[in-house]
Amino acid sequence: MNKKRPVNLDLRTIKQPLPAITSILHRATGVALFFGAVFAIYALGLSLESEAGFNEAVDMFENGFIAKLIAWGSVSALLYHFFAGIKHLVMDFGYCEELDSGLLAAKVTLGLAAAAVLISGVWIW
Amino acid sequence: MVTSITSFGRSGLYDWMVQRVTAVILACYTVFMIGYLAFGAELTYDMWTELFQCTAMRIFTLLTLLSFAAHVWIGMWSVSTDYIKPTGMRFVFQSVTGLLTFVYVAWGIQILWGI
Ligand code: HEM
Repeated sequence: MNKKRPVNLDLRTIKQPLPAITSILHRATGVALFFGAVFAIYALGLSLESEAGFNEAVDMFENGFIAKLIAWGSVSALLYHFFAGIKHLVMDFGYCEELDSGLLAAKVTLGLAAAAVLISGVWIW
Repeated sequence: MVTSITSFGRSGLYDWMVQRVTAVILACYTVFMIGYLAFGAELTYDMWTELFQCTAMRIFTLLTLLSFAAHVWIGMWSVSTDYIKPTGMRFVFQSVTGLLTFVYVAWGIQILWGI
């Protein structure tokens, strides 16, 4: 290999096509969900532990700003990861792999996820 | 052939498949939970405990928990091998990931069977 060939790996100067953006977001949300699971399991445990715990959890989600923020963030990450994950599975089956259909799939994923994130925000608040 | 001792099934193809099968299970649980919470009746403590006391729900939840463990192990492994090049640091990261995953599973089982 010609070692002197020009390389450009400076991410800030490379224009990212839409499918690249959906891909990195899928990765980022996956990692976020892994750590966010602490809160989900904590809330599940609290809500099932006793009636008082359940009320405490409900109160937290209804009145706690931070709890709402974490819940919205986690639900958003999950919904994004969910839609992008389904796109991933569709592509694994060999669909939407062409340039234009791939771009369309990326747009649909982003659109659905954006709508879901907004709706879940309304739901939580 | 490149072999890796830290991947989940010691074969990339196997890992690939496990990640997809577990993804489908996680997706089912996601749809169920969002459907139950967002479209079901106003939640009460009795309804909530009744749901998780049901054997089918415990099986579904445990299945999801174990799928989650496999899914994140493979997922976080991929991420760590992409970005963390020094072996020592990657080892530490993967150990923390594995430990946290184990904690999730044990904690989840305790919650499920502690009701
Ligand atoms: C709630 C729990 C979930 C967590 C914590 C999680 C976490 C992760 C992580 C960390 C990755 C690795 C990201 C990467 O390699 O770029 C990943 C990949 C993946 N996830 Fe999830 N995920 C969850 C749920 C789901 C669901 C519900 C679906 C399906 C609809 C899904 C589909 C996928 C797929 C297809 C991949 C493979 C991506 C690839 O090979 O590049 N995941 N997930």
